Amino acid sequence: MSLRTLPLLFLNLGGEMLYILDHRLRAQNIPGDKARKDEWTEVDRKRVLNDIISTMFNQKFIEELFKPQELYSKKALRTVYDRLAHASIMRLNQASMDKLYDLMTMAFKYQVLLCPRPKDVLLVTFNHLDAIKGFIQDSPAILHQVDETVRRLTETYGSLSAGEFQLIRQMLLVFFQDLHIRVSIFLKDRVQNSNGRFVLPVSGPVPWGTEVPGLIRMFNHKGEEVRTAEFKHGGSYVAAPKEGSFELYGDRVLKLGTNMYSVNRPVETHMSGASKNVASRTQDCIAPNPLAKEELNLLARLMGRMEIKKHSGTESGFRLNLFTTDEEEEQAALSRPEELSYEVINIQATQDQQRNEELARIMGEFEITDQPSQSASKGDDLLAMMDEL
Amino acid sequence: MFHRERSVPLRGSAAALCNNLSVLQLPVRNLTHFGVVHGPSAQLLSAAPEGVPLAQRQLHAKEGAGVSPPLITQVHWCVLPFRVLLVLTSHRGIQMYESDGSVMVYWHALDSGDAPLVQAVFARGIAASGHFICVGTWSGRVLVFDIPAKGPDIALSEELAGHQTPVTDIAAEPAQGRDCVADVVTADDSGLLCVWRSGPEFKLLTRIPGFGVPCSSVQLWQGAIAAGYGDGQVRLYEASTGTLHVQINAHARAVCALDLAPEVGKLLSAAEDTFVHIWKLSRSPESGYIEVEHCHGECVPDTQVCGARFCDPSGSSFAVTGYDLAEILRFSSM
Repeated sequence: MSLRTLPLLFLNLGGEMLYILDHRLRAQNIPGDKARKDEWTEVDRKRVLNDIISTMFNQKFIEELFKPQELYSKKALRTVYDRLAHASIMRLNQASMDKLYDLMTMAFKYQVLLCPRPKDVLLVTFNHLDAIKGFIQDSPAILHQVDETVRRLTETYGSLSAGEFQLIRQMLLVFFQDLHIRVSIFLKDRVQNSNGRFVLPVSGPVPWGTEVPGLIRMFNHKGEEVRTAEFKHGGSYVAAPKEGSFELYGDRVLKLGTNMYSVNRPVETHMSGASKNVASRTQDCIAPNPLAKEELNLLARLMGRMEIKKHSGTESGFRLNLFTTDEEEEQAALSRPEELSYEVINIQATQDQQRNEELARIMGEFEITDQPSQSASKGDDLLAMMDEL
Repeated sequence: MFHRERSVPLRGSAAALCNNLSVLQLPVRNLTHFGVVHGPSAQLLSAAPEGVPLAQRQLHAKEGAGVSPPLITQVHWCVLPFRVLLVLTSHRGIQMYESDGSVMVYWHALDSGDAPLVQAVFARGIAASGHFICVGTWSGRVLVFDIPAKGPDIALSEELAGHQTPVTDIAAEPAQGRDCVADVVTADDSGLLCVWRSGPEFKLLTRIPGFGVPCSSVQLWQGAIAAGYGDGQVRLYEASTGTLHVQINAHARAVCALDLAPEVGKLLSAAEDTFVHIWKLSRSPESGYIEVEHCHGECVPDTQVCGARFCDPSGSSFAVTGYDLAEILRFSSM
């Protein structure tokens, strides 16, 4: 597997998460002087975004993220975003968190699928980071953290070959395979069909470096062109205007990865008709995975680096609802199809250095043995211990 | 010209890999075998002429250490003089089975010893040449296995050094009988093609440099190499000299599969742009140069095609797989 895929996955999904939270917080915004104690204000919104972004781009966390490692499963990665979404005064119920994760994953799946060249996934990442910088313009310290991450991205991915990017793209598509959740905004924009599959247009500009299809050129043994012929390709493509910029600042040209939510657009998902191929998906989510412990080890290490701010005792969490009403949220929780449940692992990693070391030591004690029956119960013990932390 | 025939349903959707469909035609038994990679598993199934599925089997890559089960990169039937073997390549190694996938006859673990930490280790690119099976690897090395007429006594005969980047595909055709005839072509992620003459010791005859994009798929027909690239081009080269004779701006996205109907010189190209094209290859009677003519184009709507194969020797029917699609689409002009 490509061991360089996680940072791209994490940063782009994180970017989509911020777009959605920002949009939702604005929709529930109440002017500061008119707000009651339990209503969202502009100040609150900025604070939530600031807290999440500064946690996401914390130097130690980014360092851990960029270490060569395998991709986590959807279930495991969801745990990281759960933690991240709660890095501030905001609280999300399970149903809202599920919906948030659905929207994030479908959006990035769409972006990866439609990237003209595999390398363009880097431009998509830059689009997300450019927008994130826009959210925290007033905080130079966090801005610096994000710029540092852009620099690290360029260092890690800037010189990869087309073949290496193709492998990364294939790995990302494995992660998103069989996900067909219908998203309202995609259906309305006709980028997704009613069966949940994305529309692949056969017109528009070709990728940078590709010729418009339709020409056949024939050469002699000296390399001289002796004849040309044309054929009807079937699509209606035009030449690419220019290449997007991979610099710290620049015109990315590509629109994928920019914020598609504007104030007036509703953000809904449809749960029905999600995946025809239930068999293959349930195998991923529900079948017992004897290697789950290995994944927990990696997760604990990553989340141990997350520095979550401590909030003063008097402040209680503000709940954000991703649905239009509380009743809708409750209904969504009850009616979520079995095969789409994420079965969140409840890990409360702490900042306490001593605790982290103890965690690592405890992890070390549970070696993976060759006896499957034993390891199943050891895995359960580990999960139970994590819950108690 | 071509119409859709009944699809063959799959248990799992096809993964977004190149060359993700293998077809074994068994006209004597009136059967067609299909092989598709889903991810950590691959599916083999056999179907009757109308596409009715008859039997299916799932194969997995051999387990190893790691967070998740190893992914399969390719599954391919190798037709040898006295037997047919099914070869499966993964991020762990190479598995060879009897043609119905029922018995594993050989396992070769990949040595990741000198791989840098960030490098993905895998095998990819499978072709039969005479009584050899050639398999490519992540390092660029091509492993050549000597296959006995029957039984599991398979041995690694040679390791070919010609590529520096991961191998993508390998093609072979029966030697034409003369000396110095190229009968194996290997391709890699940098677009480089190596042309070989097979034998107890393989000989590298010529190299055709790449131009910055992977060559994802390659075919060999009567001394002509057909190569499909990541920028949508299909190029035809003279194998013995490495000379480029035809350059086709064939697709708007990366080419992911090529197939040949050798009896009639038909070439099939499929790409992520949702299109499949059929071409007629020939040699000019005067100059002997390779020529090509476009025969047919088919759009598979909203499908990022990842595998395509002819289903009969005359090239009158073909099958296609697409990313996220849990069925094999079939087209016929008969």
